[in-house]
Amino acid sequence: MTPQSPVLLVVIPLIFAFLTLPFGWWRRGLCYPITLVALSLSFLASLHTLHTVITTGTIHYWLGNWEPPWGIEYVVDHLNAFVLVIVSFVSLVVAIYSKRSVEQELPEKIVFFYCVFLLQVAGLLGIVVTGDMFNLYVFLEIASLAGYALIAIGEDGAPFASFNYLIFGTIGACFYLLGVGYLYVSTGSLNMADLFQILPDLYQSKVVLVAFAFFMVGVSLKMALFPLHVWLPDAYTYAPSAVSALLAPLMTKVGAYVMIRIMFTVFEPYFSIELIPVAAVLGWMAAGAILFGAVMALAQTDLKRMLAYILVSEVGYIALGVGLANRAGLTGAILHILNDSFMMLALFLVVGAIMYRSGKREIPQLRYLHRRMPFTMAVFVLAALSVIGIPPTCGFFSKWYLILGAIDASQWVFVAVLLVSSLLNVILFFRVIEHAYLEPDEEHAGGGSELAITIEEAPLTMLVPILIAGAGIMVFGFLSGKIISTIIQFAVPKCF
Amino acid sequence: MMIGFYAMIGKKNLVKKIIGINIFQTAIILFFVSTAAKRGGTLPIVEHAHGHGIHHIHAASYVNPLPHVLMLTAIVVMVSTLGVALAIVIAIYRRYNTLEEDEILEQRK
Repeated sequence: MTPQSPVLLVVIPLIFAFLTLPFGWWRRGLCYPITLVALSLSFLASLHTLHTVITTGTIHYWLGNWEPPWGIEYVVDHLNAFVLVIVSFVSLVVAIYSKRSVEQELPEKIVFFYCVFLLQVAGLLGIVVTGDMFNLYVFLEIASLAGYALIAIGEDGAPFASFNYLIFGTIGACFYLLGVGYLYVSTGSLNMADLFQILPDLYQSKVVLVAFAFFMVGVSLKMALFPLHVWLPDAYTYAPSAVSALLAPLMTKVGAYVMIRIMFTVFEPYFSIELIPVAAVLGWMAAGAILFGAVMALAQTDLKRMLAYILVSEVGYIALGVGLANRAGLTGAILHILNDSFMMLALFLVVGAIMYRSGKREIPQLRYLHRRMPFTMAVFVLAALSVIGIPPTCGFFSKWYLILGAIDASQWVFVAVLLVSSLLNVILFFRVIEHAYLEPDEEHAGGGSELAITIEEAPLTMLVPILIAGAGIMVFGFLSGKIISTIIQFAVPKCF
Repeated sequence: MMIGFYAMIGKKNLVKKIIGINIFQTAIILFFVSTAAKRGGTLPIVEHAHGHGIHHIHAASYVNPLPHVLMLTAIVVMVSTLGVALAIVIAIYRRYNTLEEDEILEQRK
């Protein structure tokens, strides 16, 4: 019997999303536990899927028992299962965290928030689990539409930012759909595995080339790869903090996953690397993204906006790993999907907690924070060290693999870019840490008026997720060797 | 398709941008549906299929139903995009009292 977990982990959030509406009208307080139950079940299902994949190999789940070329198929291999666990775990952590921040920021809209939140998670999980090109488009749009709605309920500038995101997102989705159409016209199939069989004979066809171009542009828009990132900083700055904590780690990473899937398992690596130099172009765009993101982040005084630009540069890292297109580079890219999810999760959760307590997020306003919120700031520093790439944290290992990959490919410019960006990140985060940790001493010497500062930690439902994210950064750092040998090693396409 | 694409990027009015989205998506739908057409093809409904023994079906005499089915889904996606977009535009209008992009940017400074 085929295991049911691949379909369950999508269906559970989907059904619970609609259950939250009636239950929410009956008792408002029920929405939060319902969401937690749904996401916990979904997380368990994803763990079970990962376990099955590791022990027995790739899972093929035929929806409605229709055979693959005709029916929709869910295919879960090592890469999928890995991303699935990340997505479901991060969304569970954010859901735990969301209770207090949603009560504060959106007291009127709790019911709808959780409904759309679950739809968003269902969409993201669906993108990852599916083995069918058109089905992927549908899930992509479910996730994006839920994302537009979630962002639009944020603070003052949010609707306008969300509208811009909607325009760009829709262009991306339409390009993707056109790509699907072109592929269908030339092959008559929509199943990824089936396309992989048929396409090699058609690589010279202009139609297939155009389809590939549409895919790349569409997916780059969705994952905010420089220079198509313009929607991202606004959207993630103005979104409610729980929403940015959900979207920032996941939406871009899922986009990166789709890119890896299309480049290497729908088309052959040979096609995307040698026949047309997409990988090389991607590498240079990624290098641009890394530098541009870091430099723009330097110019920001708003902490959340700074993080949004750092996210642009982190997306660049993943794309660079894909663009290097060798074993070490791709290992780094896939490992970075995990690491960056947790780093961004930790950073955005911390910013949300700071805003919850003080309502401030301009960097110069962060003084005394290490006394008022010692644990939160400790996690912030940990995540900062990880983004910079200091050894025991997980960020070091993915960067290490990326640099190894760049050296393997003798792309010395990329090596330089990676190192320079680490330095830029040091400057970036030191600015924040300086304001948060060091300034009180000067004041103390001057007037000594801040003795009344007491510890005002974030509430427990916010603190625990923050600590989980911080612990994750350390744990994945220590376990990265094991993760690579049990999962990522098999997730990298065989021909490398 | 290009008209819609131009409207999405070039027009300053937010509602015109939404109209652009619509033109773009409708063009894609027409593209898909046109790929299904066959010369002399008829509706893909098999007559007397159940309970009448085995029939020989000539695939060439029916238009391909699959793109049509895909586009039903795409139309649903399109309608929901339109709904979300209009809802967001209403929120923008309540806040800024205008739908021109440059006026909004002016006010946000």
